[in-house]
Amino acid sequence: MAVEMLYFAWVRERVGTGSELVDVPGEIDTVAALLDWLARRSERHAAAFADRGRLRAAIDQHFVPLDTPLGRAREVAIFPPVTGG
Amino acid sequence: MITVSPAPIDVAAELDALEAGVGAVASFTGLVRGDDGVTELELEHYPGATESALEQLAAEAEARWNLSAVRIVHRVGPMTPGERIVFVGTASAHRGAALEACAFLIDRLKTDAPFWKRETRGGTTTWVEPRGTDDLAAARWRR
Repeated sequence: MAVEMLYFAWVRERVGTGSELVDVPGEIDTVAALLDWLARRSERHAAAFADRGRLRAAIDQHFVPLDTPLGRAREVAIFPPVTGG
Repeated sequence: MITVSPAPIDVAAELDALEAGVGAVASFTGLVRGDDGVTELELEHYPGATESALEQLAAEAEARWNLSAVRIVHRVGPMTPGERIVFVGTASAHRGAALEACAFLIDRLKTDAPFWKRETRGGTTTWVEPRGTDDLAAARWRR
């Protein structure tokens, strides 16, 4: 399944890119599993995703907990807690 | 109405637009603080999702209070101390709805809209950490 990954703030800096297209194997079923899978692929991803308590996610621009099923996700964003306003 | 843009915020123009034909206007303006020698603040956002989150907050406010207009303007990109980051304005027939809706919008914007602040002090930049008090402020509006 082709998924566009988006990264923001320090997650973007640690991964080293703001976006990447990844081909996610069928057995990867949640956002958390997707992070595990990406972390196994590179040290930069592993460093960015090490502290799960500081990560937030969105599937197709809707904010979701990390244990949310991916379903037919086309865009998954990973970012720190927000600090606007 | 929502605007997310790198352009400076014209508060006078925003208030003028809100004042057309109403009894009460409330507003909040957030400014860049120069705390601890901050020389620059940069705002990053999630294009598309940010606007949707703000539209949803505006719709929630309009469902909860009797408002004739809602305006949220959030600046993105680099800015310096003293510059305006955010403007929230609400218009209603009476002050109660306008004041409460304005407080609701800025409290919830802080926790629900995907923006990230990065401060520059001297030569070093750091990402701003979220504050627990912001979560508490947003939580008081949940019911």
